[in-house]
This record gives sequence, C-alpha cells and structure tokens, in this order.
Amino acid sequence: MRETRDYDDIPGTYIFDGEHSRAGYHLNMFCMSLNEVVNRQAFADNQSTYLDRYPMTVEQKTAVLDRDWLAMLRLGGNIYYTFKIAVFDQLSMQHVAALMSGNAAMTVDDFRQMMLAGGRPIDGNRSKKEQQHG
Amino acid sequence: MAKLIAGIGTSHIPAIGAAMDSGKTEEAYWQSLFEGIQPARDWMAEKKPEVCIIVYNDHASAFSLEAISTFAIGVADEFPPADEGYGPRQVPTVQGHSRFAWHIAESLILDDFDMTIINKMPVDHGLTVPLSVMYDQPAQWPCQVIPVCVNVIQYPQPSGKRCYNLGKAIRRAVDSFDEDINVVIMGTGGMSHQLQGERAGVINTEFDKKWLNAMVEDPQSILDISRTEYFREAGSEGIELVMWLIMRGALDADVDEVYRFTRVPVSNTHYGLTVLENQN
Repeated sequence: MRETRDYDDIPGTYIFDGEHSRAGYHLNMFCMSLNEVVNRQAFADNQSTYLDRYPMTVEQKTAVLDRDWLAMLRLGGNIYYTFKIAVFDQLSMQHVAALMSGNAAMTVDDFRQMMLAGGRPIDGNRSKKEQQHG
Repeated sequence: MAKLIAGIGTSHIPAIGAAMDSGKTEEAYWQSLFEGIQPARDWMAEKKPEVCIIVYNDHASAFSLEAISTFAIGVADEFPPADEGYGPRQVPTVQGHSRFAWHIAESLILDDFDMTIINKMPVDHGLTVPLSVMYDQPAQWPCQVIPVCVNVIQYPQPSGKRCYNLGKAIRRAVDSFDEDINVVIMGTGGMSHQLQGERAGVINTEFDKKWLNAMVEDPQSILDISRTEYFREAGSEGIELVMWLIMRGALDADVDEVYRFTRVPVSNTHYGLTVLENQN
C-alpha cells in the first residue's frame, strides 16, 4: 500500500491515482472496448465469455456481471470507463449515481429530486472526519 | 496577424448535446437552459471568429489508458465525432486548421510545454457539446477548431498554475501567427460535480461562484488551489475547472465579462457559462 494522501479523507470518492489505475487497467480497457459496435454485440451475445478476453480478476468480472458500480470503482474502475457499461445497459448517469449513493433505498427519482433541489450538499460531505462529527 | 479576441468558459455536459440531438430543447427543463445560453450564441454570431481553440478533456473516446498525455493538441484537417457507445453524435465533422495548429504546437514546445501532437483522433462530447452550446445546430460548424486535450481523469492532473501558464504560451503562439484571423479560446468542463462514488451528485455553488469571480478578476489568487481542494470542494470531476484557467491565461490581464449564466442542476452538474472579451 502507498502512503496516506490528503485526498484519502474525502468520503465516497475514488481518486483515480496510479495505484488505482494499475489495479483497474484491464477492467477499464474492457469498458473501453464497448466503444466499438462489434464489441458491444459480442458482449451482448455472452457477457461472461466476452469478459474472458480480458485478464481481469474474478472480483472485477463478478462486479461487472452484477453491475456492482461501487465495487467496480473499488477494484480500480474509473467512472468514465465503467459508465460505458451503463450506456450499454441504456442507463443514464443519474441511474448509476443513484445506485452508487451508498443508500440502497435511493431511487433514480430521489436522486433527480436531490439534484433539482441543488445537489448533494457539500456541507457535511467534505471529509470523513466531518461526517463522523457531523 | 492572428488576434485573440475573447475567451469562453462552458461546461460540456453530454446531456446538453443529447437534448439537442433528440429534439428535447422545448421541454421546460431544457428550455430555461437554452434561454440562458442564447445571449452567448448571439455574441458568437456577431463576432464570427474564424478559429476556436477548444480546451477540453477526452472521456475514454480517442484516448484510453494505453497512453495518457497531460497536454495534447490536434493538428489534423478534420476530426470526426466519436462513438461514445450510442453511435457518433449526428453533428458536423469538426474542421481543423492544420497550419495554425502546427504553429501553436511548435511554439508551445519551443516554449517548454511538451505537447503530444495528434494527427488523427475522433472528438467526443467534451469538444462537440461546447460547439453545440455556442452554435446550436448548423449544417457545418462556422469555425475551424484546434483541439487542446488535457488529462483531468488520471491523477495527478496538471495544476491550475501550469494550466494558466500554458494559456499564456498559447497566447504567444496566437499572437505570432501570420494570418489575419480572429480567434476565440474556450475552456470547458466543470463547474462543481461528482459523477462517482457514494458522494455522487455533490454541488458547491458557493465555491463555484467565488472561483468564477476570481477567475475573471484576479486569476492569480486561485492558481494555487490544490488538486485535493478541487476534489473536496468541487467534486472529483470539478477539477475540470483547471481547463478554464488555460483559457483565462491566454487572455489579457484585464477582461470584460460580457455575459455569465449559471444553473443548478444540468444533469449532475452546476452548469457555468461565461464570455470574456479582451479589451484591446
């Protein structure tokens, strides 16, 4: 593990640094492949078989097949890459955002309403310390 | 000689392009946004710059993790819209200005900015949405475009100060180009937003407002904002604002802000638009 960095204290945020990028390289490159229509078709035909083309870890493959968006981030995924799976599933960024919210009960409508009301408040969400002492 | 007349800051939210492409601009949610944008379109229609330098980031469309450039410049004659998973946007192919772009690339590298030079690349919503924002839906884009791509995805992103100084170097390159053309530079992305993680949806209008005021009036005062402060205060994707500092660095020290419009939300983002004219 690398040294502690000041951004580690930001809650619910996965900074895509070198360690992250190294862990997620093949996961992200699989996502990137969905830019091409022929690959989208192959993925649609058999998702699990298609994933075997990429030397991803079992955990990464499972996270993709389960559409576990937070797990993908924890395993080195970057949102601009993993979002390509959402596009494949015809889900909007707000769908995925609601699913990542860490609140299992949050629906897409809840998320949309939160955005219309001014977004997730920054106060209370700046640091893990702030959240704990909230 | 070429003349840099103005800078524009605008978010490059893909949903704006999607709303235009799918004919949703009359829906109430979008109507108020496009009303807010209209004065900037009118300004653009009046000024008619021959070339726009568009500073943006690619979103895993032209570039993957195979090679990550901090700063890159497109020198091709044209740039086709990228397929971002939906098929390419049905917008005109972007026309480049190869001779000007090469002039800028050489000038920047001689000026100690080690640019990656790109002869072939598709351009994604990061570049085409700002064009849609400023020009609506023409049959052809009315300007030639020089894309400047900035890595804002892979940490560590370039600092605000480095970006501002790159803007200054771009200005020197524009000033020394031998065609009598008017040039506008766009800084795109931002303002506060976070697309990922449990904190997705975070918006910080107070930070954005202060940042925007300072960017216009006293950019020096915000050049030392750290990456972590951007992540923390403006959301992990809010660090895109450093691209506006490239635009600002290319302008005169004093500028006239002739238009500003902001709105919360557009998609998951605090939308910002500003038009800054050089005074000379």
